[in-house]
Amino acid sequence: MTDMIPSPILTLTDLTVFRGAAKILDKVNLSLAEGETLALVGESGAGKSTIATAVMRLLDGAKVDGKAELEGAGDLLALSEKQMVTLRGRRLSMIFQDAGAALNPAYTVGRQLITVLRRNLGLSKTEARARAVELFTSVGINDPEGRLSAYPHQLSGGMQQRVMVAIALACNPDLLLADEPTSALDVTIQAQIVRLILSQTRARGASCIFVLHDLALASQACDRIVVLYAGQVVEAGPARDILEHHRHPYTQQLKSCVLEIGTRELTAPEGTVPPHDRMPAGCRFATRCPRALPRCAGEAPPLIPARDGAESPLAHHFACWNPE
Amino acid sequence: MLLQALGKIAQTLVVLFIVSVASFGLLKLAPGDPIQIMLGSEFSQESYDSLTAELGLDRPFLVQYGDWALRFVSGDWGTSYVARTDIFTYAFKEALPVTLTLASFSLAFAILIGVPLGVLSAVKKDTAFDAGAAVLALTGTAFPSFLLGILLIWFFAVKLGLFPVMGYVSPWQDFWTGIYHIILPGLTLSTYFIAMITRLTRATLIEVMEQPYIAAARARGEPAWRVIWVHGVRNIAMPLVTILGLQLGTLLQGTVLTETVFNLPGIGQMLTSAVLGREYMVVQAGVMMTATLFIGVNLLVDLSYPVLDPRLRARK
Repeated sequence: MTDMIPSPILTLTDLTVFRGAAKILDKVNLSLAEGETLALVGESGAGKSTIATAVMRLLDGAKVDGKAELEGAGDLLALSEKQMVTLRGRRLSMIFQDAGAALNPAYTVGRQLITVLRRNLGLSKTEARARAVELFTSVGINDPEGRLSAYPHQLSGGMQQRVMVAIALACNPDLLLADEPTSALDVTIQAQIVRLILSQTRARGASCIFVLHDLALASQACDRIVVLYAGQVVEAGPARDILEHHRHPYTQQLKSCVLEIGTRELTAPEGTVPPHDRMPAGCRFATRCPRALPRCAGEAPPLIPARDGAESPLAHHFACWNPE
Repeated sequence: MLLQALGKIAQTLVVLFIVSVASFGLLKLAPGDPIQIMLGSEFSQESYDSLTAELGLDRPFLVQYGDWALRFVSGDWGTSYVARTDIFTYAFKEALPVTLTLASFSLAFAILIGVPLGVLSAVKKDTAFDAGAAVLALTGTAFPSFLLGILLIWFFAVKLGLFPVMGYVSPWQDFWTGIYHIILPGLTLSTYFIAMITRLTRATLIEVMEQPYIAAARARGEPAWRVIWVHGVRNIAMPLVTILGLQLGTLLQGTVLTETVFNLPGIGQMLTSAVLGREYMVVQAGVMMTATLFIGVNLLVDLSYPVLDPRLRARK
């Protein structure tokens, strides 16, 4: 079945990130098919945003090991900063958590968008302006002409994030990294923005990595889900498999904490992620796991295919000694 | 926005009034009798009284103030007792331009040297360059400017003969000769400000560079120089302008020493000799000019905020 896999646009191999002595990301392997939408799910501190930021090479003051190969560009981690500058915005782009903070307060949103169009695509002033109006229209901004001259603080949170989406997609990137793009927004706006990002990336044939903490939203929006816990991948696979046939107890906890909102009983996963300097030698989830065996504390479980023979990196995998 | 500006201007006028009353009153209370100084060691009570009446010094305080303020505004600043010259010409037309030139050149030096040095320190945070700049900045703040001035004169003017020892030529009349004369005093006066601006720029820029909009600018492929100068430095303009406005007083104080060391005929020198000679009309003129300058610049600083930070513009 391996020959059926579309060529990957991004392949992470043993991606490891150290911040000082703390290993905040531990040998993450994942690949993203062309045109695919992938969700990175997990609690805060699981390393979801770290993956996105590491791929963009925007992790300052951290040591990054492993490989992050972008189709046609080679290992991003081995490129010079100069080469990265030519990729950012053009082939890779990123949407940030809080659009209000990610837009420069000193410049109009139009200027920030037009700069990207002019610098990255070499458009003239009038061409860039016309293109900016088109982009604003396509992300659902009313009165696009007028909004171009608005400052970020004059727009609502939802509008700000629409502007960010327009800027991120301005140069038709191959890969879009969306780092919790809706967590700073009202619940009512969240779904709109997620839908917008998805429809816009799909229309452009771009691949997308969505950093989310909401498993339900991830399973609705994305083709595939990667569940992270304490800097490691604990389960990965097609969205349906993860939601319905998950094997890892942590995925179960993430799922039930969402589903039980409906029953008015919010159960967050019990306990907390162990601190980076006191990670257990075995399975990192063992300290909180209801299904932990004696073996779990001492021996780290490898990531194995959920079905025998389905070894494609895109297929369902999990890392557990006592799966559900 | 216009209303805001008008409010600020009204506020400024009130402050100016208070300053003028204070400067007028304080000098009235100062020891030393100007009539005695004018009349010399031997005089009769009659001539004393007649001069007092002639100068209007026997009238009530408020009347004297009102009279003085009216004449001050109309440009009639009286005559210097000692030099027997018109104070308005002497103070406003001759001394003020010298001080303004010195102060603006120093400020320009401070910004042109301090901002790039601070930006480089922030970008090269925790490197040898940063440490070197920090040592230099600390030395600059701690080093007394008059001593530095004397050292600069000794080295560049006397030893090397590169610059004139003293004297003033207006750059507005003869630009290059003027610059040539203003470089040493300008540098002397600006050391403290270069150091201060360097440290302030470094600290505020480091904070700004951690903002998400900086990461976002990098994420859309803007090169490092644009990220720093277009997105970073633009956002430190406001704290920088605020501090510069507040420190203008220190700069004006500094001109007194610098003008003395370099023998520049500015307000500083004028005030020094006026205080020593108890010429309080001249002192008042000097105080009013410097106070107006200080208050005026701070009004400009206030009015510049909405220009510098769009978030402070009143909603339409």
